[in-house]
Amino acid sequence: MPRWVRHRYASLVVLAVVIALLPLLFPSSYYYRVAALVWVSALAAIGLNILMGKAGQVSLGHAGFFGIGAYAVAIGPTHLGVPPLASLLIGAVLSAALAYLVGRPILRLKGHYLAIATLGLGVLVALVITTEIRWTGGPDGMPVKKLVVFGWRASGADTWYWITAGMLLIGTWLALNLDDTPTGRAFRALHDSEIAARVAGVHVDRFKLQAFVIAAVYASLAGSALALMNGFVNPDQAGFLHSVEMVTMVVLGGLGSVIGSIVGAAVLIMLPQALTVFQEYEHLLLGFLIIVSMIFMRDGIVPMLAKLPGRRA
Amino acid sequence: MSVLSVSDIGISFGGLKAIDGVGFSVEAGEIFSIIGPNGAGKTTLFNVISGLYTAGQGRIELGGQDVTGLAPDELAARGLSRTFQNLQIFQRMTAVENVMVGRHLREKCNLFADLFRLPSVSRQNATTRDAALALLDEVGLRADADKLAGSLSYGACKRLEIARALAAEPRVLLLDEPAAGCNAVETEEIDALISRVAKKGVAVVLVEHDMKLVMKISDRILVLERGCPLIEGTPQQVLADPAVLEAYLGKHGAREAARA
Ligand SMILES: Nc1ncnc2c1ncn2[C@@H]1O[C@H](COP(=O)(O)OP(=O)(O)OP(=O)(O)O)[C@@H](O)[C@H]1O
Ligand SMILES: [Mg+2]
Repeated sequence: MPRWVRHRYASLVVLAVVIALLPLLFPSSYYYRVAALVWVSALAAIGLNILMGKAGQVSLGHAGFFGIGAYAVAIGPTHLGVPPLASLLIGAVLSAALAYLVGRPILRLKGHYLAIATLGLGVLVALVITTEIRWTGGPDGMPVKKLVVFGWRASGADTWYWITAGMLLIGTWLALNLDDTPTGRAFRALHDSEIAARVAGVHVDRFKLQAFVIAAVYASLAGSALALMNGFVNPDQAGFLHSVEMVTMVVLGGLGSVIGSIVGAAVLIMLPQALTVFQEYEHLLLGFLIIVSMIFMRDGIVPMLAKLPGRRA
Repeated sequence: MSVLSVSDIGISFGGLKAIDGVGFSVEAGEIFSIIGPNGAGKTTLFNVISGLYTAGQGRIELGGQDVTGLAPDELAARGLSRTFQNLQIFQRMTAVENVMVGRHLREKCNLFADLFRLPSVSRQNATTRDAALALLDEVGLRADADKLAGSLSYGACKRLEIARALAAEPRVLLLDEPAAGCNAVETEEIDALISRVAKKGVAVVLVEHDMKLVMKISDRILVLERGCPLIEGTPQQVLADPAVLEAYLGKHGAREAARA
């Protein structure tokens, strides 16, 4: 195996090349849109993977943070006159603050208990969004004003392809950076043995909280990007099903693998598009494929490919 | 002055006293062993001293400071380090990364510096890695540095834990059965390693079932039986005490042994 494959940023370079060349294969602007959806989902999944794959803590309510980001760029400009970009940042800060406040008590819980507590958090956010009709439009959702930066209007599928790709590249770069640092090692250590990590002097509670906040900010930014791109938000984006979808992307692509999260997102976004030919059996088939791949690729797609003979990751 | 001083420790689980009135103190550079039959409470005592369990009674002093009831990471920051009888390694990290985690307290750790991987982070990483490699060399695992810890043999994991514990540069090192599951050659190596560590001025508290090893390297020995201190003394004093033989072999066995 060539040496460059082992380099920290090898996958980042591959991703950049794919992003740059992919549009050459696109026959229509519809493909730009699907790809942009993949980049947005992948961004959220990478954040969640830092929490789940690295630090080993589950969150079944992560769409809540996605929803906060999405509704921040909807509500800010429409109701409060805050510019979209500032609203995006406010959304990220709010998500971080909520993750910090709620994370303190619930990250002491383990396994199933943590899963239920995070699920409750997600349900709560979704509930607020559907009931505060005056602010959010309730179950119908609400329109989102176009992103305007210094007089330039971000619109069109191709424009959003490049914006979301840029966000994904930055998100990937940060996640890859973390791996071989004291923080990244602390995450992975507490994942494998909390006791040994504590005894080594690792502030386990603090690092769990950091991972939770990072994951919340990633999800929030992804939510903002999707809302600005679509020009519309609806409560499903903060809903339980979306949380489950995010977890599936992470696990399917490979826990702990940054590139895995992108692959997982790509599979989960593109497969339904490919399966539409099966019409009413689409969802059935999707569920079936996920089950089968989890049976035969328990470690996830990317770690499994990396283990194939003659290769090591 | 003793580095670690433990007095009158007691802890119960559901009304059952696992440890009752145990105390001892260890000097810098000393090897102090705690022995006793299975279930005597040796591991429980380690768990109390390292802050994993909260004792119902007693007092623990580290370097003359009262540290009773402090959390494990606070104790680590004050110079206490340990290994585990039932392995607690970071399976999905490489051997060298395991030891690097051991240096956590010696590293600057800032989330934003790490996320952006500032040049200072890379520099520190290189220093930490070098220190970790030197320790792996010391325990004879240099060749396995980049292997996943989960793929190492039991004996190698035992030594990896020692390297990780040493990485913190502790003042007090608690070793819970470091030679368990090791062959004769590996046991010799661990024996030499413990002696080297103590020579550097670390206070070593050793729990070990391998009596040959214990009698050879210990300065003093404390014998526990069913949570209570039985006798404390030099290896010769302990070996000469009939109560010790009885604790290990039972009344009948002790009489047999005395006759033999
Ligand atoms: N968390 C716990 N809950 C209940 N009982 C416990 C707990 N930890 C230890 N004990 C009990 O305390 C007693 C002492 O156990 P401990 O593991 O300390 O013995 P040990 O001397 O280390 O034995 P060994 O030589 O087999 O390692 C045992 O009876 C054990 O069942
Ligand atoms: Mg024990």
